[in-house]
Amino acid sequence: MAATLVEKIFSRRCGHPVRAGDVIMAPVDTAMIHDITGPLAVQKFREMGGTRVFDPEKVVLLFDHQIPADSLPAAENHVFLRKFAAEQNIHNLDIKEGICHQVVMERGRAGPGEIVVGADSHTCMYGAAGAFSTGIGSTDMGFVLKFGALYFRVPMTIRVEVNGAFSPRVGPKDLILAIAGEIRADGANYQALEFAGSTMEGMDMAGRMTCCNMAVEMGAKAGIVPPDGITWEYLRARRAVNPFSLTSDPDARFTSLHQFDAGHLSPKVALPHNVDLVVDVAKVAGTKIDQVFIGSCTNGRFEDLREAAEVLGNRSFHDSVRVLVIPASRIEYLKALRAGLIEQFVAAGALVEAPCCGPCMGGAFGLLAPGEVSLSTSNRNFRGRQGSAESMVYLCSPATAAASAVRGEITDPREV
Amino acid sequence: MRTWKFGDNIDTDAIIPGRYLVIYDPRTLASHAFEGTRNEFARDVCEGDIIVAGRNFGCGSSREHAPLALSGAGVRIIVARSFARIFYRNAINVGLLPLVCNDADKISDGSELVVNTKDGYIESGGKRYDVEPVPAFLQEIVDADGLVEYARNLSEVKTCTGSQS
Repeated sequence: MAATLVEKIFSRRCGHPVRAGDVIMAPVDTAMIHDITGPLAVQKFREMGGTRVFDPEKVVLLFDHQIPADSLPAAENHVFLRKFAAEQNIHNLDIKEGICHQVVMERGRAGPGEIVVGADSHTCMYGAAGAFSTGIGSTDMGFVLKFGALYFRVPMTIRVEVNGAFSPRVGPKDLILAIAGEIRADGANYQALEFAGSTMEGMDMAGRMTCCNMAVEMGAKAGIVPPDGITWEYLRARRAVNPFSLTSDPDARFTSLHQFDAGHLSPKVALPHNVDLVVDVAKVAGTKIDQVFIGSCTNGRFEDLREAAEVLGNRSFHDSVRVLVIPASRIEYLKALRAGLIEQFVAAGALVEAPCCGPCMGGAFGLLAPGEVSLSTSNRNFRGRQGSAESMVYLCSPATAAASAVRGEITDPREV
Repeated sequence: MRTWKFGDNIDTDAIIPGRYLVIYDPRTLASHAFEGTRNEFARDVCEGDIIVAGRNFGCGSSREHAPLALSGAGVRIIVARSFARIFYRNAINVGLLPLVCNDADKISDGSELVVNTKDGYIESGGKRYDVEPVPAFLQEIVDADGLVEYARNLSEVKTCTGSQS
């Protein structure tokens, strides 16, 4: 019987066929916790009677939301998790590596056919590596830490087919915003989003991560790109691989099919205060901005910083704008540093911060005062997400962020 | 007991802003629930009050601080047209009861609401509205008052591979 990619992942992992709608207790291949959701997960693990985690090698533990510790409670949470890691023989990556999702990917901790959970909603990003990966709460994570397994209802899949070539200064972020605008904030609730088509096949891993990262903004349980040569090559540089084929059958049943022509896309922004309020940049061009944030698990990779730097050129950022550039990880930071991008950003007037979640976390730094407007390459623009409930956050691509930071107002990157 | 009515797409940043995520105590979290978007909630909410919302309640982050803040405020039941997936599961795990009701929009703010989980309906203003049953595999967790109590007495689970873990 024809099966979707996601049904095949669960079937492979279980050793017998399962279908969308089936409820199964499935083994977990990697479990990720960080400084915000980790302490509660550990507390729940202990309340459940947990003494030893199921497999310390399968746990990724790091701090990225509030680093370096920005308050005493944050510092205490870090100490709490350091002690837990030491007690359980879990390799603690601490504050050194960067944003959890980027780190899981670049260390090859998610791969085709694997089931990965993280105590963070943007865990859906590892679908870029062909894994079924999903965000869970701390109590579910406590259960995973104890048993190494979790209840899943195998989801139905919505297929998104993207064909054609992007025009200049248009890319994966514009695409995923356009998709969110069509599918809407709850249009993929409880389902998986499969991204396929010639555009996805030609897209680099950074772009695939951007797309899968935002699957949850449509309510999706997971985003996934069928693994191909690009996926296996990315993994081969990080771990031993044994490539196999993993795609949806041609006659698999999808809930719906959405088709996009990449060649017809213009730069997009999501308006305050919902990710699915998506319009062409041109429609809000000229809107004054106070802060620009280039970074996050959505768009803090080398490819994103390079795109922003290309738009910037040898100009300076506008005097009235605060520009925060935060690479997604130490490794991405080093790539940008060696390519001269960091020097270019600093010379142009940006503040370059060490890899972390930054303003996207809405509690660490870079907060917005009432009435302030931010343009951000991150994934959420909910009311109050980056500070005051009276502030406004627009979401966009790195190219649009850089162009707008140069002009001091929302700007179509094709115009600078 | 009263209802607190909310609209569609109420996100977890609205339920508990990011700056309070260093806190894990439900009562302290409750004092910041809906801060900035509905300040009177934390001030006036009483034990047993019910939240009624539109579509996609609890969308966004996986922060369990959100259902904990509501539970710390004394809320035990949330009625909505639909819930975001992670919030729904988190709510059940921490002992809150999320009820899906297609007619949630018809219930007004501040009204009294009778909830009959046994027969699967709610009653407001003399009218009855059906609520959907919680999926069977989660009902056991609801009955245990949350996942911690459910898991406490389990020494192992049987996975779909047939092995114990």
